[in-house]
Amino acid sequence: MHFAVLQFPASNCDQDCVHAIRVLGHTADLVWHKEASLGNSDAVIVPGGFSYGDYLRCGAIARFSPVMQAVSEFAARGGLVLGICNGFQILCEAGLLPGALIRNRDLQFHCEQVFLKTGNRETPFTRQIPPAKLLRIPIAHGDGCYFADEQTLEQLQTGGQILWQYCDDAGELTDNSNPNGSLLNIAGICNASRNVAGLMPHPDRASETILGSDDGRWIFESMLHALAPGGP
Amino acid sequence: MKAKIIITPKKAVLDPQGKVVENTLIHMGYQGVTGVHVGKYVEIDLAPGTDRETAKATLNEAAHKFLSNPVIEDYRLEIE
Repeated sequence: MHFAVLQFPASNCDQDCVHAIRVLGHTADLVWHKEASLGNSDAVIVPGGFSYGDYLRCGAIARFSPVMQAVSEFAARGGLVLGICNGFQILCEAGLLPGALIRNRDLQFHCEQVFLKTGNRETPFTRQIPPAKLLRIPIAHGDGCYFADEQTLEQLQTGGQILWQYCDDAGELTDNSNPNGSLLNIAGICNASRNVAGLMPHPDRASETILGSDDGRWIFESMLHALAPGGP
Repeated sequence: MKAKIIITPKKAVLDPQGKVVENTLIHMGYQGVTGVHVGKYVEIDLAPGTDRETAKATLNEAAHKFLSNPVIEDYRLEIE
């Protein structure tokens, strides 16, 4: 499979994402934000970083890049799109995912390992995650507090769109395990048609045991499984 | 001609900056402070002779689509 990894000015996890996909035995190329085409990509990753210096709002400027028009069209055709950290913020700003990411409730930048509970395993981003497995994945963000109005939160819950929630090491969704104040401890969601997902934690930084955890692989493996011939 | 756009967090949205500033004002002894909301201010220079109503419509669109995020923010547009 071939992944397109977008690259905006001040993306800084683009190479990590390319590396993570290559480690899994697949190919990935960087696609510069001024490109109007994604080429023959099977899936898209919008990586982390500080696109356009986080000016105005995180992701607010990147969403108007030419490549994002191509991503919107790709997503509308059912293509798999995963946004990580700043990529999640960009997808929300672009309206490809509901809600928004705001400043962490304690105003601090958090750079630490978190535990994630998977809420719905019936999606292309979660299907390969073993049942009851908690993912240990790092976060690194200052604006990761997920916000959406009550109606949207209800839709996310009833539609099985909450993919990952911050939890403690026993899998409990406690306030202490919520690093940023996200509503419902939300760490990651998908759209209603389940082909676009975003999360604040970095699976790209947890894809090899040498990095301390390879739990992030389950997310990429799920996407690869969904894309494989004969896959779901 | 200038357009001024004042962007504030929606009341339902957690505003930790506003809360910290509020607490500090109270700590400093300023009486009667019951709420603080920290937002953004955008000033846009417009070409002389720009039609006020057209500018208002255009900038309302820009503020809705780009300068503010309606999910989390409200804005107020003034043209002078």
